[in-house]
Parts: sequence; C-alpha cells; structure tokens
Amino acid sequence: MDAIILQILNGLDKGSAYALIALGLTLIFGTLGVVNFAHGALFMLGAFCAVTLSRLLTLSHTVIDETKTDFLGNPLKVDMPYVNDIFGPEIGSTIIDWSVPLSILFAIPVMILIGVIMERGLIKHFYKRPHADQILVTFGLAIVLQEIVKYYFGANPIPTPAPDVFRGSFDFGAAVGMDPNVIIYPYWRLIYFAFATVIIGAVFAFLRFTTFGMVVRAGMADRETVGLLGINIDKRFTIMFGIAAAVAGVAGVMYTPINSPNYHMGMDFLVLSFVVVVVGGMGSLPGAVLAGFVLGILESLASMSAVIDLIPGINQVIIYMVAILILLTRPRGLMGRKGVMEE
Amino acid sequence: MLGLRKSDATLLLFVVAITILAPFILNPFPTNSAMAQFNGGYPDLMQRFVIFGIFAIGFNILFGLTGYLSFGHAAFLGVGSYAAIWMMKLLTMNVIPAIIISVIVAGLFSLVVGYISLRRSGIYFSILTLAFAQMSYSLAYSVLTPITGGETGLQPKNTDPRILDTLFGGGGAGGRANFFGLDMRDSYFWSVGDWSFVFNTGYYVAAILMIAAFYLSIRIFRSPFGLMLRAVKSNQQRMNYTGLNSRPYTLAAFVISGMYAGLAGGLLVAMDTQVGAERMFWTASGEVVLMAILGGAGTLIGPVLGAGFIKYFENIVSKINESILQGWFAALPDGLSDFMVAVIYPFIGKGWHLTLGLLFMLVVIFLPGGLVEGGQRIAALFRRKPKDNDGGMSAQATPAE
Repeated sequence: MDAIILQILNGLDKGSAYALIALGLTLIFGTLGVVNFAHGALFMLGAFCAVTLSRLLTLSHTVIDETKTDFLGNPLKVDMPYVNDIFGPEIGSTIIDWSVPLSILFAIPVMILIGVIMERGLIKHFYKRPHADQILVTFGLAIVLQEIVKYYFGANPIPTPAPDVFRGSFDFGAAVGMDPNVIIYPYWRLIYFAFATVIIGAVFAFLRFTTFGMVVRAGMADRETVGLLGINIDKRFTIMFGIAAAVAGVAGVMYTPINSPNYHMGMDFLVLSFVVVVVGGMGSLPGAVLAGFVLGILESLASMSAVIDLIPGINQVIIYMVAILILLTRPRGLMGRKGVMEE
Repeated sequence: MLGLRKSDATLLLFVVAITILAPFILNPFPTNSAMAQFNGGYPDLMQRFVIFGIFAIGFNILFGLTGYLSFGHAAFLGVGSYAAIWMMKLLTMNVIPAIIISVIVAGLFSLVVGYISLRRSGIYFSILTLAFAQMSYSLAYSVLTPITGGETGLQPKNTDPRILDTLFGGGGAGGRANFFGLDMRDSYFWSVGDWSFVFNTGYYVAAILMIAAFYLSIRIFRSPFGLMLRAVKSNQQRMNYTGLNSRPYTLAAFVISGMYAGLAGGLLVAMDTQVGAERMFWTASGEVVLMAILGGAGTLIGPVLGAGFIKYFENIVSKINESILQGWFAALPDGLSDFMVAVIYPFIGKGWHLTLGLLFMLVVIFLPGGLVEGGQRIAALFRRKPKDNDGGMSAQATPAE
C-alpha cells in the first residue's frame, strides 16, 4: 500500500510534465491544425532559459576579500557576482538561490517570442501542406534547435538546483497519519505538481472565461465562420501558439531541478508526449491532461519491483502498450472529438 | 530489357554502372593530395552507401507510393540484424543463411506490426509505428538481454556452435564473415600513379543485392500493384468506394519495405559482425525518413541518392576539424579568414547534424520532391521546354482532400 502511494506520487511529477507538453501540443493542433514535432525542443529551450538565467545571475568579477586569507596569508580572491554588488550580499545570494523560479518570469516572454517567430516564420507556410510535411519540417526544426543548444551549452547535462528551502524531502506518510519515514517525497516534485495544476488551470480558465478565449474556442470549432464574422482569427491563433510554447517552456524551466537539462531532453519527452496526445484524443485539451497524468502514474506503478517480477520489462513498454491498445479499441483516444484527424 | 521500359532500363543501367565503378568515382583525388579527405572510396563507407540505399529504397516503397509515414522502420533493420547474427553464431559464418533469415524474420515482424498499425492512418499510423519501434528498442535493451546482449550487443565468439561450419570443416576465413570462403573484409588495392582504388568483397556482395533490390523496386513501381499503392496515396476514400479493400495492398507494401529493412540489417551484420540495440532507436528511423525525403520520396532513384548524400556528408563533413578549416582559408587576410572559420565552424565536425537539420528543412520547404526535383528543375531551365510529367514526378502528386 505504501509502495503504491509512493509510486502514484512519483508518477505525478512525470505525469505533470507529460500533461503540460501534451496540453501545448493539443493547443497547437486544435487551433492551427499543425502537428508540431518541435514541441519537445520548446520544452528543452525552456529548460535552457533557466540555465541561461542562472549563468547570467552568477556572472561575477574577482575581488580581494581583506577579511579572509588563504593558507599563505595572502588576502583571498573571491568571485563576486554582480548581483551582490547591486543588491548587497544578502539579497544577491537569495536571488541566485532562487534562479530557477525566477527563470519563469524570464522564460515566459522569451518563449512567447520564440513561439510567435516560429509560427509566423515557418509554420504559417505549412497550413495547406499535408500532415506528413508538417511533421517533417518541424522534425527538422527540432534537430536544428537542439544542435544549436548543443553548440552553445555542450552535450553534458547541466545541474541546476532548486532553491535551498525546497531541497529537502517531505514526509508524506507522517502528514497523513501513517508511519513516518515510509513515504518520503522531495518538496520540489510536489511543487512541480502544484505548479502544473496551476498552469493547466490557468490555460483552461483563460480559454473558458475570457473573451479572447471564447473567440479562440469558436475558431477551433469553425475557423471559417469566425473569420467571416470579421474577426482576425489568424492573429489570435498565433498568440495561442506563443502561449503553447510558453507552457512547454515553463514546464521545462521547472523540470530542471528534477532532471539536469541536456540538449536531447526534448526529444525524449516528445515521443512520449505524442503518445499521450494520441491516447488522450487528438484535439481534446482535457483528454491530453488526463492521459498525461494517467500514463505518468501507470509508468511509475509499472516500475514497482512486484510488477516487474511478475512481467519483466513492463516498465519500459507500458506506455506504448497502452497507446497501442487504446488506438485499436478507441481510435479517437480517451476523449477525442468526432471528426478530428480521422483517416 | 528485363521487362522494363526503355527509360527505366537506362536508369537501371546507370545505377549498375555507378555501383560497379564506385571505387573509381568516389576516389577522384590522389591519395596524398590535400583533397584526399573528400575521397569516399573506402570499404566501410562504400558498404554503408549501398546498405542504406537498400534501406531507403524499401522505405520509399511504403512512404513514396502509399504516403504512409512510418517512424519505426529502424526496428525492422534491428530485428534483421539480430536474426543475422544469430545465424552466424548458430550455423555458419557464411553470409547467405544470415541474410536470408534476416529478410524472413524482419518480414514476419513487419507483418505483425503492419497488421496492427495499418488499422489507422495519418499521424496515428506514424505514432503507432514509433511506439512499436520504441518498444522493441526498450525490450532489446532490458528484458530481452539473453537474446540481444542488452547494452553490450552481440558479436560472434569462438565458443559459438556454428553447426554447419564444424560439419563441413573449418570456420571459413578464420571465423570471419565470408561468402563461401571469400572474406567480406578482403580488399584488392590497385594503384595507378598517385591514385589508389580499393575493391572490397563485402561492397560488391552488397552492391549486387542493392541492384537486385533496385530492379525489384522498379518492377513494383510499374506494376498494377504499384498503381494500387499510388491510388491509396492519392485518394484512399475513393478507392474504398469503388469496392477495393486497400488494406491488403498497404500491408503488402509495409511487409515488403520491412523485408528491405531486414535485408539492410542483415548486410550490416555481414559487413561488420556486431549488433547493438541503438540501431533500433527512433533517431535511426528518422534518418531513413531524411534519406528518402532528401533524395526525393516517390521517385525511383531519389532514396538511393539521399542515402548516398547523407552517408557521404556524415562521414566526410564530420571529419573536417578546425585546423583543416584554417588551412583552407589561410590564403585570405587574417581577419577575414578568422571570420570565415568562425562562421563555418558550427556547421562542420560535430556540428554536422545542424547542417543536416537545416538542409532537411530547406528541402521540405522549397523542394518537396527532394534532390531529384532539384535536378529536374535545373534540367528544365536548360531545356526550355515544358517538363514531362511522366516517370519520377509522381512525388508531387498531393493527396486530394
């Protein structure tokens, strides 16, 4: 029982990442009708926004610290980040410590900009081309983006720690009245889950309760009619692409403490996210979120030793097996709408 | 000739000539000259040209004709490789049984995968094939380690039974992969002046198989069966309305292209007797897609060109390093040469994938018909008469709504 709860918790953070990426993919597909193979690269770019910001914040110059001496008795040279000069040592070190959450503020405008440039510059020209062409060109774009990142940041994972406060673990069992020290769970993963919930809620609320969101939903249902009503739907869809990119980006930012970012992390997530989208139902936003969490948790449950003893290797293939089963029995996915991408 | 139209026969003869003369064509520069690094005529690379040519030809039979974009073809290549290496371990180091079995096993595996995946089309089909390939890859890495060797992969060992070899005495060419005693790694070197040409046994075995595979693909393209496949691409719905069930045709195309992939996998083992699971990773599937598109999907010669192009540049461009680059621009003034080196450096050596990705995007955006279409456009510029829409131009036929 404890093990099951622990695995469900473990599945939540992976599920959150799947859900966020799948949400963005579905937004793009639902609005623009484009299958975006570069979406994993956007997730990766978001993660590297965090790396960039933390590097910018720790840019430093050497100063001579009179109060300390090295073993020869000379005054010690220390690296002094510019942030400390500006804000003083106290606030400066706090800012550096909190670089990952701060990166969200940095990543959102950057990712929206990247998304809009991508849509206006490239994807716009592919609306009328077959889906195979869209897959291929975004696949090429993904290769290019990840190679550029590899060129500037190298091929090795770059550790990007969470703020000091969140580095510990949370004794989940004790909190809900079970034996202590059984279900222990890192704080940051809980935060990731909460963060994902907030972002998903925000996207849904935005689409549901704002006029902009209403127009976008109308455009998803019938683009032509909305256009005939004199609304510039293309512009709104471009903004939605930016938002989808930002969602993938912040998902990447917050994921950096869980998994040190490297240039191919996007591709690793992309393949699974596509499976998630297809399982959830192409074009269905709730489906994408639901499938993301379900598959994340299933993957965790399948890696319990009891399950692996029963069916060896199941943890490696469970997601793909579920996808194959779903596609064969419910071709539209869990919550797919009728008439979206059928044959 | 051979039941081909005249233009196809010319194309076949052209391919035959190129593959036979490849050691000369690929080694145009004298061995000690500065340009020698552009020589592609060494056995390892030449073998890759023809083997990946076979792989791409097979992929093109599925994607080029039916429009079904499979993202999991590397799985069949990998399965073929594993089957081949097991034949070598169990029966004989002769490559014939290995190659035959690799084709059969890959065919059976693609029958299973195709039977399930082809129930869906479009993006769903791509995802399903991707899922199957990733599943095979993960399984080969983890649970199936007793069969696949897991991370270390498989190589022939001296302790292998090799029943046929022991039965008929000897292990052939010292336990190396051979063709009735001809070692696949044997090469004949011919030096003419400053030039040196290599004639490799393995290359010619693979080349003969590629010519056969190419001939078969011409026959498939021109057959009624090929027409059916094109009908699937242009309008499957209308085809169904006329009372034709398209699935047997697409399944047959899928299995045939799976068998081509298996043949390529078997040949890879025949040339270099080792297998690892990374051969089945989805980037490997992506690579064959790149080859077919870059060369020209749906054309006969395109995939072969694409495979040759990618493998050549992969090997040659990725070998260029900064000092070679500086050597090239040494003649320019200092500032300019540094600038040129700085501009070009990200695209060469380890940055080869960046070049490939950019090139691929450019091809998809501007030249959907690939290199073949590019060549035709250039030819049309010089010819100044309306292009004939026959033969290889079918790639441009976009599916009707």
